[in-house]
Order: sequence, then C-alpha cells, then structure tokens
Amino acid sequence: MAIFIDKKTKLVVQGITGRDGAFHAEQMKKYGTDVVAGVTPGKGSSKVAGIPVYNSVEEAVAATGANTSVIYVPPTFAADAIYEAIDAGIKLVVCITEGVPVNDMLKTVEYVKAKGARLIGPNCPGLISPELAKVGILPSTIVKKGSVGVVSRSGTLTYEAIWALTLADMGQTTCIGIGGDPIIGTNFIDCLAAFEADPNTKSIVMIGEIGGSDEETAATFIKEHVTKPVVAFIAGQTAPADKRMGHAGAIVSGGAGTAKGKIDALNAVGIPVAGSPTEIPELLKERIKRFSTRSTRPTAKTVVTRIATPARPAKAAAPKRKPAGKHK
Amino acid sequence: MKVHEYQAKQVFAKAGIPIPPGDVATTPHEAVEIARKMNRPVMIKAQVHVGGRGKAGGVQYAENAEAAQVLATKIIGMDIKGLKVKKVLVTAAEEILSESYVGIIVDRAQQRPVIMVSAAGGVDIEEVAAKTPQKIHKLWVDPILGLRAYQARNLAAKLYRDPGQMRQAADIIMKLYDVFWKADATLAEINPLVTTPGGKVIALDAKLNIDDNSLYRQPEIAAMRDLDAEVPEEVKAREADLSYVKLDGNIGCVVNGAGLAMATMDLVKRYGGEPANFLDIGGSSNPQKVVSALEIILSDPNVKAILFNIFGGITRLDDVANGIVAAFAQLKPSVPVVIRLTGTNEKEATKILAGMKLPTARTLDEAVKTAIEMAKAEA
Repeated sequence: MAIFIDKKTKLVVQGITGRDGAFHAEQMKKYGTDVVAGVTPGKGSSKVAGIPVYNSVEEAVAATGANTSVIYVPPTFAADAIYEAIDAGIKLVVCITEGVPVNDMLKTVEYVKAKGARLIGPNCPGLISPELAKVGILPSTIVKKGSVGVVSRSGTLTYEAIWALTLADMGQTTCIGIGGDPIIGTNFIDCLAAFEADPNTKSIVMIGEIGGSDEETAATFIKEHVTKPVVAFIAGQTAPADKRMGHAGAIVSGGAGTAKGKIDALNAVGIPVAGSPTEIPELLKERIKRFSTRSTRPTAKTVVTRIATPARPAKAAAPKRKPAGKHK
Repeated sequence: MKVHEYQAKQVFAKAGIPIPPGDVATTPHEAVEIARKMNRPVMIKAQVHVGGRGKAGGVQYAENAEAAQVLATKIIGMDIKGLKVKKVLVTAAEEILSESYVGIIVDRAQQRPVIMVSAAGGVDIEEVAAKTPQKIHKLWVDPILGLRAYQARNLAAKLYRDPGQMRQAADIIMKLYDVFWKADATLAEINPLVTTPGGKVIALDAKLNIDDNSLYRQPEIAAMRDLDAEVPEEVKAREADLSYVKLDGNIGCVVNGAGLAMATMDLVKRYGGEPANFLDIGGSSNPQKVVSALEIILSDPNVKAILFNIFGGITRLDDVANGIVAAFAQLKPSVPVVIRLTGTNEKEATKILAGMKLPTARTLDEAVKTAIEMAKAEA
C-alpha cells in the first residue's frame, strides 16, 4: 500500500511532446509506472517512447481508461490543462509546472474541489511510491521501499531528506512534494490524513518552509488525528522578512509564517524538529522507539475520511494575518 | 513585484478610484514646479520600496512652493532603511475628517481573496489589527463569482454612516477588487481612505504588489519596474534567471532548489557562520547559470568563502561541473571554494572536476563546516 498512486495508477502525460514531458514520460515508464497515454493538441496518433499520443485528455481517457494525469505544459497553459483533465473525469491531477499565476490557481482550486477531484501542485516535484509508481520528476535512484511517509513543500530539499532516510535503511511508502506556491491543491493535512489511513505507513516525515500557516495547521491536525510518529524539518530560519526566497510561497510577511513560529507550533504538540536534514533518520528512529515502548498510545479521533475530501476550513479558523498596512 | 505609490495611484486612477492630484519628481526643481502649478499646500512623499517611510521622515507637509523646495531637497537622496530615495510624489495635501482602511490580499489558508476593511485606518492599522481585531471586517470572495455589489455595500456600511459616503466607498471597494483581480495583484491596499470636509471619499495612499508569475500578461505593470529602487545584484540575478537575495554574511552559497538553498543557509548559521546570500540556480542544467551565479557572488566584497551544494535529481551534475570549470576559467575566484555534488551523474562530475583539485565534501553538513573554516581562515 501507498498513498495516491500505486499499481492501479493509469497515467496520462499532458504536454508529452515537450522537452520535459518527453524525458519524464520515459523515466516514469522505465520506473514501472503504467503510462498509458500522452496528450498534446494537434499531435495525436504519434508516439513518444512507445506511449500513444492523443489530441485531448478526453480522447486519451476514452481510449485507455487513464485515471491520473501529470502536467508538464508551460505556465500559461497549466490552468487550462488542469480544467481539461478534470472535465475528462480524471480524479488525480499532478501539476509539475512552475510559475503558474496565483489568480489562475485560485479559480482552478475552487473548481477542482467542486468536482470532487484532487490536484497536487502546481510547482511541485510530484510523488513516488517506491517499486509501485512514480508520477512527476523525483529521482527514483534515491528512494527505497519501506514504511516512512514523506511529505514536503520543496523539491531538492525533499531529495536530501529522502536520501538521508534511504542511507539509514529507512525506506518509504510514498514521498510526495506538494509544491511551494501560495495556492496549491493538496496541503499537508490531506497528506497526513492519507498517511494515517495507510496501514503500510508506520511513521511520517514532514518538511516545511517559511511562509503561510500550513505547518501550524498541520501541527494541530497531528495532535488531534495522527497516531503515528512524526518528525519535521523547517527550512528558512535565516530568511529575512519581506523577501521572496525563490518559491513564491516562501516569504515571511508581516511577522507571519516565520520558521520559529512553525517550529514552536510543532514542538508545542510534541513533534521534534530536526536541525539538519541529515538528522531526520536518527530523530525518527528515536521517535518510533518511544512510540513502541509507550504504554498508552494517543487515541486519534478518526475523522480521516472527512478530512480526505478537500473541505474548506470553517470561518472560525480564519487567517491570523494582519492587514499588510502601515507604510506612511 | 512592488510598484511605487505614484504608480499604484496611476493604476487606481485609471480604474476610476478618486485620488488627490499630484505628480512624481526626481529633482527638487521638478518638485517645486509641480507644487507651484498646484498652487496649494502639498505633501512630499518619498517613493521607496520599504515600509515606515513616514516615521523615517520621508513624508512631509509643505505649505507652499518654497517649503516644497526645502523639503524635496532634504528627502531626495535620503536613506530609508538602506534604500536611497530617488523619487518623490508631490501631491495635494487634503484636509481629512476620517481615515479608513481597505485592503485585499490572497488568503492562503482559505484559498480565496480576502477584503479587509476598518474604520480605524491610518498609520496604526497594524496595531489595530493586533489589539482590536474586531475592528477589522473581512470578506472572502468566491474567485469564480467575483465580488457582488451587495457585498461591497455591506463592507462600506462598516466604514460610513452617511449614505453618500457609503455609496462612494462601495464603489471604490468594487473598483479596488477589479484592480486586484485584473492586475494579478497579491496586495491592493488603500490606507488611509479618507473623507474630506466636502464629503468626498478619496484614496490618500495606494499600495499594489503584483504576482511575479503574472507579469508576462501585465506588460503595463511590468514596465513600471524601477531598477533603481532594487539591489543591483538581485536585478542581475533576475536577468540571468536565478533567484538571489543578498544577506549580510561572508559565506556565498550556490544551491539548486529554493528549499535546499534555505536549508543550506540555516545550516551555515547553525554551525556558527553567516550566509552571504540566498541563491537558487533552479532546476535547469545550463552551465551558463553557474557562471552567472559565481559572478554575482564574487561581486559581493564581503564573501570570504563559497559553498556549492547541488543535489542532482533533474539537474545533471556533469552539466554543473562543466559550469564550474567554465566559471573558474572565466572569473578566477580568489576566495576558497568547497563543492558538494550528490546525485545524478555524480561520477562523471567528479571526473570533470578532478583536474581542478578543489576541496569537496560528501555530505551537506561537512560542506557547510568546511566553508565556515575557510571563511574564518580568510577573515
């Protein structure tokens, strides 16, 4: 078992004739993912790495029964590609594209929710369930099958953490990068709920970074709903305020979204935060040991199925952000 | 991307939001000309991309053109939080009866734009928000439907009792949301929104931040970018398609990926060093990017050691190694460098770099510690 993708995944690659699309379609196929189709408008009936190409997602789904899509189209066309996949009945869409306008995502995310589908990304490396399937761009050489679930907002930092786990002989069920943008389809909570529900996942690593309040929300969620050992890492402790640190989402503004605030929130609910990515395996081992020797395990109020459907948080949980005012 | 107040006001005025008359000046002489033409008391407002300019003395009242001359001379060239003032907005000084706040941002948690209004606007709005949050009224807008007129009316009713002023405010809120959406803004703000003795509601200040990802479809706003108001190295980095933020330390960092770049900086600090920068060379393997990255870092005189930390996933390490060879041949750096390359095509990269005899490190922690020692030896 794994989360979101496994042997039942039948993948369609949107933008398969592009440079990135073609390269990664082949990589995913080589890894053993069931890549059933590619889509590029106007290039139907050609082939890429032996994968049949269709003019639309609708055609591809009708011909192959694809149930998952991965998007490698340029940012200008990314929102449209997501709509197309959703309208063709795809229930899991992974958008790798970086640089998608926030306004486009605001509408798209609303639409995806209304249709009861799941979007991962944009601006993410995708996900990999070792020995089962890979959707996205994560290097398959660094993963190993096992029982750790990894969820992260970043790309190469995730690789660093996964590599450290693999070197410590701690394999993974699924490694997922949810993306570094302000508006993304799947957040930490969605992934934590899925890992909690997955019987093969025995422990969880969560990698966050500055900006937004997703890590703080996740801390509360873990306290209430996650019974498995969790350790975290937060990047951006040295980042100055009001500067965008590469990821559109990684910006500390108006005192909100600092690394310290996130680390404090996690520590407050008993989640250890590693000082370096290389310390994650040791910390997780200790944590697992403590959980297995503990007489009373925390009782989770299991509402996992409710959380798994993307629901809008209640208004009471409204943003703590202050108006970004005062500039006279 | 941030635009200046005078530019935001141009955008607002175009959308029909009432603003006081005024113009921008780059010299005291121009400022006086503008003040003379207006023939009334004016405000001289520094145009810099930093908050707190009023408290720093960058916003001043001038009774007449002579006073404007004195004040403009003082403000132009002034240093506000490390940024030199190169432009001032000369704008009509208005008599004010009340100050309100209207702001729109993207609420990440709710995944919707949120409009915030308060009758307690002005310079202390952050304090109002912190101490009396009940004085801030919020409305989350369905991005697919947009803002309804009745919603704007209800928000305006939180600001004014007078029906005429309420109507004006509702109209301004509708137009501000329109600007926010059409300009792909991440922030559109009027603070303060004021009433004049004549009963008019006008935007005395304007703030507009635009989503960098949307600049390709906002040519008019993209053209407003003021390169003079930015850190030169950051401008150069953007042109080279690199993500760079200058910091105050002495260890230059070249990393691929924003998260890993931040984590690398954090480790430098953790082991007792100070990072000189954030620099993400991105996912591409273009060797030219490595050359540009090294060039930018070497232009910072504080840098005493340079750390390369590249995790090859999609990025191929042999490409990065070729970039390093080219960069060293071209730039001949005099500061020590430590290199840590892990992942895709690591063996090929090691072969390429073998002839250069550069210090290398196996792990991230080891690389960081080496860089710190190097910097200490240099200092």
